[in-house]
Amino acid sequence: MIHSSLAQLGAALRAKKISSVELTQTYLDRIARLNPTLNAFITVNPEMSLVQAREADARLASGRADALTGIPVAQKDIFCAKGWLTTCGSKMLHNFVSPYDAHVIEQFNKAGAINLGKTNMDEFAMGSSNETSYYGSVKNPWDTARVPGGSSGGTAAAVAARLCAAATGTDTGGSIRQPASLCGISGLKPTYGVCSRYGMIAFASSLDQAGPMGRSAEDLALLLNTMAGFDERDSTSLQRDKEDYTRDLNKPLTGLRIGLPKEFFAAGMGSDVAQAVDAAIAEYKKLGATIIDISLPNSRLSVPVYYVLAPAEASSNLSRFDGVRYGHRAPEYSDLADMYEKSRAQGFGAEVKRRIMIGTYVLSHGYYDAYYLQAQKIRRLIAQDFTEAYKQCDVIMGPTSPSTAFKLGEKGDDPVQMYLSDIYTIAVNLAGLPGMSIPCGFGANTMPVGLQIIGNYFDEARMLNVAHQYQLATDWHSRAPQGL
Amino acid sequence: MIPYRASFDNASNQFMSLSLADVEKVARLARLAMNDQELHAAQTQMSNIFGLIAEMQAVDTKGIEPMSHAQDLAQRLREDVVTETNQREAFQAIAPQVERGLYLVPQVIE
Repeated sequence: MIHSSLAQLGAALRAKKISSVELTQTYLDRIARLNPTLNAFITVNPEMSLVQAREADARLASGRADALTGIPVAQKDIFCAKGWLTTCGSKMLHNFVSPYDAHVIEQFNKAGAINLGKTNMDEFAMGSSNETSYYGSVKNPWDTARVPGGSSGGTAAAVAARLCAAATGTDTGGSIRQPASLCGISGLKPTYGVCSRYGMIAFASSLDQAGPMGRSAEDLALLLNTMAGFDERDSTSLQRDKEDYTRDLNKPLTGLRIGLPKEFFAAGMGSDVAQAVDAAIAEYKKLGATIIDISLPNSRLSVPVYYVLAPAEASSNLSRFDGVRYGHRAPEYSDLADMYEKSRAQGFGAEVKRRIMIGTYVLSHGYYDAYYLQAQKIRRLIAQDFTEAYKQCDVIMGPTSPSTAFKLGEKGDDPVQMYLSDIYTIAVNLAGLPGMSIPCGFGANTMPVGLQIIGNYFDEARMLNVAHQYQLATDWHSRAPQGL
Repeated sequence: MIPYRASFDNASNQFMSLSLADVEKVARLARLAMNDQELHAAQTQMSNIFGLIAEMQAVDTKGIEPMSHAQDLAQRLREDVVTETNQREAFQAIAPQVERGLYLVPQVIE
C-alpha cells in the first residue's frame, strides 16, 4: 500500500478496499516509528488528521469523492493551516498556531485530502541542506549521515521514506527540485503565479512558488490539479483557465526537441552526476527525442543576482516579525527598540540573520542602484536567454544539483559553498519558468541523482508528459531506501 | 558608510571587505541585536558573500529594463470593498501581550 501511486490509492479508496482512516493510520504509525530517526516532521497531530479522514470516508461513502479524497498529504511547515502549529522552521514562530488556511491548504481541504502533518524545512526556507531548521536537521532516508537537501528537506525525506502518500514544497531558488534530487523523488516548481502564495509564509515574493513533491510525475500531475488556481488574495496569482495537468501524460515523445545548455555541462558537475544525466539523455533519444545544443550565457550570473534579490526581498518580508502581534517576544527588554532587536536576535537563526543583513545593506541608501537595480537588469538578461533558447527547443534538460547528497555538517561554516549547490536551479526562479526534478540513477556513493527538466511558461503538462514517459521506460522513481 | 564605488578594487573588481562600523549600522537598521563576536562573524561572512556578488558589477546593463516580476504584468486592481471578516479574538489569542483588545508594547510616548 505504501508504494502505491495516488491513482491506485484513490481507486482503492473509492472501491472501499481500504478506508481513509486505515490509510491515514498506516502513515501515522510509520511516522511514529521512523520520524525519531529522520526528523522529517515538525508537527504531527493524529487527532486532527483522523477527523479529516473520517470526513473523507463519509464523502467516499456518498460517492462524491475527487481524485485526492481520503489521501494523506504532508504539508511543508511554511503553509499556514488553521489550528496547526505553523513554524516555518523558526524559533520565531515556535508558538504560532495559524488562525487561517493558506490557499493551497484550502484547495487540499476542498479535495478531501488529509493533512498528515507539517514537514521540517530550513528556517524561513533559507538553506539547501535543511540544517538551518530550529527543529533540528532532517536525515536523508538513503543514508542518515547525509542531508536531504533543502529547503523542502522534510517533505523530500518524508516522501522518499514513504511517511506520506505525497507532499507539498515551495521553491524560491531550488527548494523543491534540489531536495527532490537528493532524496530520489519527483518534484515540480510551476510557472510563477500558478499556485497562490496566500498563507505561504513569504521569503522572496517575486520568486516564491509552491509545488507538489511525490514519487512519480503522474502523482505530481494529480497534485497540481488540486494546488493550482487563481486566488484574488495573492496579487501575483494568474487568472487562467483551469487546466488538467494529466491530459498529456500518455503522448509519445517522438519529435520532442531537448535543449542541453552547454553551461550546465561544464566544470563543476560531479562525474557521477554527469554519467547519470547523460544516460537519461540517451534514454530520451531512444524515446524519440532529438538533442539540440543551446547556450544560456548569462546563467553563470544567477547565483550573484539571486543573492542580491532574494535577501533584499527577505529583509523586507521578515520585518513583520517584531514580537508585537504574533511569534516570539524576548522575555526582557528596556524599551520598544530593544524589544524589537532582542526578539529578532533571539527568534532568528544565523542564516536568516545573514540574509536579512545582506538584504538591508543592498537596499540601503547609496547602494540600491549598484546592487538591487543592477541585479534586476541582469535578471532580465537571464530570462531573455531562455526565451531565445525556446525558439529552438521544447524543453531544457540538465542536472538538478552539481553533486548527490553531501554529509551533514560538510558545508558547515561557509555559506558561499552552500549557495553554490543551487547553481543549476536558480536561473529558473529568476525567469519565473516551471522546472522539475526526477530521479535518473545513483551516484558514486549510491545516493540518488536528479534530472532537471525546465519548461517554457505554462508548459507544465508537457513537462509532466516528458517525465512520465521516462518513468514508464525506467524504474529509478520506484526505487525505495532500504530498511524502511 | 563608504559609497559603493569605493567598495570595489577597480583593478581586480574584488569587493573590499566591509568595515565593522558598516556591519554595526546594518544590524541597527535591521533591528538585530548583535554582540561583538557576532558582528565580527557577520563581517567576514558578508564580505565573502559580497565577493560572490561582485561578479555582477562588470556586466554591461546599459539600456536594459529592470525585471521585478516574472510575468511583467501590471498589478491587478479590485473594488474597494470589505473582504475580510473581523477575527480580532482569533488574532489576539496568538499575540505575546494584549489587554482589553489592544496589543501591548513598551511605552513610546512620555
